[in-house]
Amino acid sequence: MTAIPVTTRKDWTSDQEVRWCPGCGDYSILAAVQMLLPDLGVRRESTVFLSGIGCAARFPYYMNTYGMHSIHGRAPAIATGLATTRPDLDVWIVTGDGDALSIGGNHLIHALRRNVNMTILMFNNQIYGLTKGQYSPTSEISKVTKSTPFGSIDTPFNPISLAIGAEATFVARTHDMDRGHMQETFRRAHDHKGAAFVEVYQNCNVFNDGAFEKITSRDARASMLIPLVHGEPIRFGADLERGVVQRSDGHLEMVEVAEVGEGALVVHDEVREDPGLAFALSRLASGPHEPTPIGVFRAVEHPEYGEEMSRQIVRAQERAGAGDLEALLRSGSTWTIE
Amino acid sequence: MATGTKRDTERLERVVIRFAGDSGDGMQLTGDRFTTSSALLGNDLSTFPDFPAEIRAPAGTLAGVSAFQVHIADRDILTPGDAPDVLVAMNPAALRANIGIVPAGATLIVNIDAFDDRSLAKAGYSGNPLTDSSLSAYTVYEVPMTSLTQEVCKEAGVKPRDAERSKNFFALGLISWLYTRPIEPTLEWITARFGSDNPVAEANTRAFRAGYHFGETAELFTSNYEVRAAPFEPGEYTQITGNQALAWGLLAAARLAGLSLFLGSYPITPASDILHELSRRKDFGVRTFQAEDEIAGVGSALGAAFGGSLGVTTTSGPGLDLKSETVGLAVNLELPLIVVDVQRGGPSTGLPTKAEQADLLHAMYGRHGEAPVPIVAPRTPAHCFEAAIEAVRLAVTYRTPVIVLSDGYLANGAEPWRLPDLSTIAPIDPAFASEPNHVDEDGTPTFLPYVRDPETLARPWAPPGVPGLEHRIGGLEKADLTGNVSYDPANHEAMVHWRANKIAGIAKVLPDVEVDHEDGAEVLVLGWGSTYGAITAGVRRVRGRGLKVAQAHLDFVNPFPLNLGEVLARYPKVLVPEVNLGQLSKLVRAEYLVDAHSLNKVQGVPFRAAEIEDAIVKLIGGTL
Ligand code: SF4
Repeated sequence: MTAIPVTTRKDWTSDQEVRWCPGCGDYSILAAVQMLLPDLGVRRESTVFLSGIGCAARFPYYMNTYGMHSIHGRAPAIATGLATTRPDLDVWIVTGDGDALSIGGNHLIHALRRNVNMTILMFNNQIYGLTKGQYSPTSEISKVTKSTPFGSIDTPFNPISLAIGAEATFVARTHDMDRGHMQETFRRAHDHKGAAFVEVYQNCNVFNDGAFEKITSRDARASMLIPLVHGEPIRFGADLERGVVQRSDGHLEMVEVAEVGEGALVVHDEVREDPGLAFALSRLASGPHEPTPIGVFRAVEHPEYGEEMSRQIVRAQERAGAGDLEALLRSGSTWTIE
Repeated sequence: MATGTKRDTERLERVVIRFAGDSGDGMQLTGDRFTTSSALLGNDLSTFPDFPAEIRAPAGTLAGVSAFQVHIADRDILTPGDAPDVLVAMNPAALRANIGIVPAGATLIVNIDAFDDRSLAKAGYSGNPLTDSSLSAYTVYEVPMTSLTQEVCKEAGVKPRDAERSKNFFALGLISWLYTRPIEPTLEWITARFGSDNPVAEANTRAFRAGYHFGETAELFTSNYEVRAAPFEPGEYTQITGNQALAWGLLAAARLAGLSLFLGSYPITPASDILHELSRRKDFGVRTFQAEDEIAGVGSALGAAFGGSLGVTTTSGPGLDLKSETVGLAVNLELPLIVVDVQRGGPSTGLPTKAEQADLLHAMYGRHGEAPVPIVAPRTPAHCFEAAIEAVRLAVTYRTPVIVLSDGYLANGAEPWRLPDLSTIAPIDPAFASEPNHVDEDGTPTFLPYVRDPETLARPWAPPGVPGLEHRIGGLEKADLTGNVSYDPANHEAMVHWRANKIAGIAKVLPDVEVDHEDGAEVLVLGWGSTYGAITAGVRRVRGRGLKVAQAHLDFVNPFPLNLGEVLARYPKVLVPEVNLGQLSKLVRAEYLVDAHSLNKVQGVPFRAAEIEDAIVKLIGGTL
C-alpha cells in the first residue's frame, strides 16, 4: 500500500455544477464534508457516497469519489451489499428525512440494528423539497403544506429516538450552521465501527425556511443548543447557567444549575450499554423550538455485521477447507453408468 | 430379510406411484427416499412433490393432504407421469383428494387403520368407500399400517403415539418390496439422519423392515415387480432438484468468473431452498444475506455488484413485483445482476406451492420506461445448473440484470443428472476496468463510465478501489460516455436505443433454437421453460400414432434466438403450450406475425403428456 496522498478540498470536488437552490443548507454540509475528507486519512478511490432520492441525494454527484445516486429510500440496502462485500471501502450514505424515514424506513432500521459499516448522514429539513413542499415524517403536527392544506395530523418521528430504538450503536445530531460541529460529528461517525447515524438539521430555505432558526441561529445557539460531551455534566446557556438533571422516575429535566448545584447534573455517558439515558436525552426537546441536545448521544462498540459475515466464512474454510465444487456435486448419492 | 413364500417378479417398463397422506405424515420424505433408491438402481425418474401451502393444515382434512408422485422407468422419461398406477393413501382424505386423477385399473394401497368413522367424516365421506362399491374399478389392498407399525415398535420401547409417526416408513418398506428396491440405502439413510442410538431411528428402521416383510409374507400380493435400469449415457450421476441445481450453478458460475458470490434474499416459497443451500456454502466464500424485505434483497445484490461481486437475488412472483424498481435501476446503471424468479401461481399470494409460468410478461415488461432485460428459462430440474451459468455469463458480459424464470415444478422436482465435466465449461470474463479509457482535451487521462464495447455495447465495470476511475452513476438519465446526469432529449433517445440494442444484440451469441423436425410435419410445438418434459412426451406419443410433428424449445426467451422467425415461418401451424393464458404466444405473434395457437392450463399443476398429445392431434386434424 502506498502512502495516502495529501489532498485538499479540490481533490474531493467533482466537476459537476452544484444544483441546489441558492441558500440551501445542503451547501454548507457539502463544504464541511469536502473539507473534512482530506483530514480523515482516507483514499478517494476507497470512498463511496451512496444516496436515494431527494434534494440531499444529489450529494454523490458533487463528490469526486465513487458514488451512486440510487432509488428512493434504498441506499441502506444497497450499501449493505457493498459494505459487506467490500470491507476495504468507506461507505457513506447521504439521505433526507423523507428518504430515510418514510419510504426507506425499513432499510434504515435494519441497517442500524445489524450494525453494517456505513456512515449515514440524514439531512433533516422537515419537508419534502424535491417534490416541492409536501410535509415529511419529521414535520411538526398541524403543518400546513400543499398536501396538508388543513394541517398535518400525523405525529412526527423523532429521528434520534428512532435510531436508538433500532439498536443503533452510534447516534448523533448536528446542524448546518456550524461547520466545526458538523466536522467533529462526521469525523466521529466515520471513525465508528458499524453503522453510524447522524441527523443534520438542514434549512430548506425554499419550502421550510427557518425551521431550526430558533435554535441554530448564532444568537440562539448558546441558550438553545445543549452540547453533549462525554464524561461532562450536561449544561448549556451563555454562562453554562442551565443544566439537565434526572428525576427519580427517570425522566430528564432542564434546570438552573444554581438551584440544584453542579453535582446534581447528569454526566453524559455516550458509551453506556443501556440506551436509556441516550433515549431520555433524545426526548428532552419535543422539537427545534426549545433547548435541544446536539452532539453524540450514543457510541458503543458492537460487532460489525460484515466482519461477522467474513468471520463465519473464515471459520467454515478453516474447518472444511476452501469449497470444492467437484466434491459438492458428489455430496449426495451418486452412481456410475459404465 | 426373512424370506416368505416365493412370489413371481414381473417386469415393468415403467410405473407411476403416488404417495399421499396428511401433511404431518412425512409423504415428501417417503417419496424422496423411494426416488433415491430408484435412482441408485439406475432407473430414469421424474418427481412431482405436490403439497399444500399450510405447514400443518388440520389433520385428516382435504386441505392438509400432501402428495409425492414419482415416475420410474427402464427408459428415458420426461415427466412425473400423467396418472398414477399406484396410489398409496394413508388416510381417507388422501384417498378422496387424489382418487380423481387415478385411472380405472390402478392399484390402491390404503392404510385401513385410518378409515374409522371420524376420519371418513373429516374427509367428507358419508359412507366408507372401501366397503361400498365405489372403488370397484381399482385393485384395493387394505393394509393395517398404523397398528402393524405400533406393534413392531412396542418391542423397541417406543410409545404408541411416537411409533404411529413411523407408519410412513412402513409404507415405504412395503412399496420397496413391491418394486424390488434395495433396502440398504434407506436403512443407512435412517441411521445417518436420526443417529444410531436414537429411538426414532430404531422405530423407523423397524417400521421399514416390517413393511418390507409384510409384502413378502402376507399372502396379499400375488407378485412383485421390477423396473430395470434405464440405458443412460455413461457417466457419473446424481439425483437433483431444480433449486439445488440452480444454487450449484450459481456457485459454478462464480468460480468460472472468478467472482465472489453474494446472495441477497428474502424467504419466499418456492425459492427459499436456494437461499438455504447457498447459506450452507460458506466454505465457498459465499455471502448470503437474509434481507429485511424483497427490495433490500435485490438492493443489496446490486450494491454487491457495484462493488465487483456476483450479486444475486432469489424470489418468487410477489417478490419480483417488489424488485421491479431496483431491476430498472440496474438497467440504467448497466451492472450485472441475477434475479431468479421461481414462479408460482398468481396473482398476489396466489398458490404459493403450485407452479405456473405466468411471470413471463412481467419479466419482459414489468418495469416503467424502456427497460429490456434478458430472460433465461431452465427446462428441467437439472437444466437449472446450466441456465444459472448462462444467465451469469450474459449478466457479466453485457453488464445487465438477467431474470431466470424457474418455477415451483422445476424447483422441487427431481431427476437424474449426469455430472458435468466442469473443465469443459467456458470461463466468464468480468473484464474489470483497470485504467483510464479516455484523454481529456488538456491531456489528462480520465475515465468515462459509459464508453461502450463495440461488439457487445457493454460499458466498463469499474468497482471502487481503482485510483483514477472514480465515477458516479445513478438512476437519472446518463449522458452518453460521461455518465453525467443529462436531461437532453436527444441523449435520452440515444441512451434508450443503446440499452435496447445491447440486449437485442445478445441474440448474436445465443445458440440457434434447435428443431426436432420430422419430414412432412406441418405442426411445430414451441415451448419454453418447464413444459419441456410434457411437450416432449406428448410429441413422442403423437409420433407413436404415426403422425408427423416438430418440436422446438426456448431456453432464452429474451432476446429470441436469431433463427426463431425463420423456424416459425417453416411450419403452417404453430402450437404454444404454456402454464399461463398465452404469454409466449403473444410475444411470438407480435414479433413474427405468426398465427400461433395457444394451449393453456392454469391449475397449478404441469401439463400432462396426454393433454399435449390431444392438442397436437387436433391441430393436425384441423379441429383445434
Ligand atoms: S428545495 Fe429546499 S432542500 Fe431542496 S435544494 Fe431547495 S432549499 Fe435545498
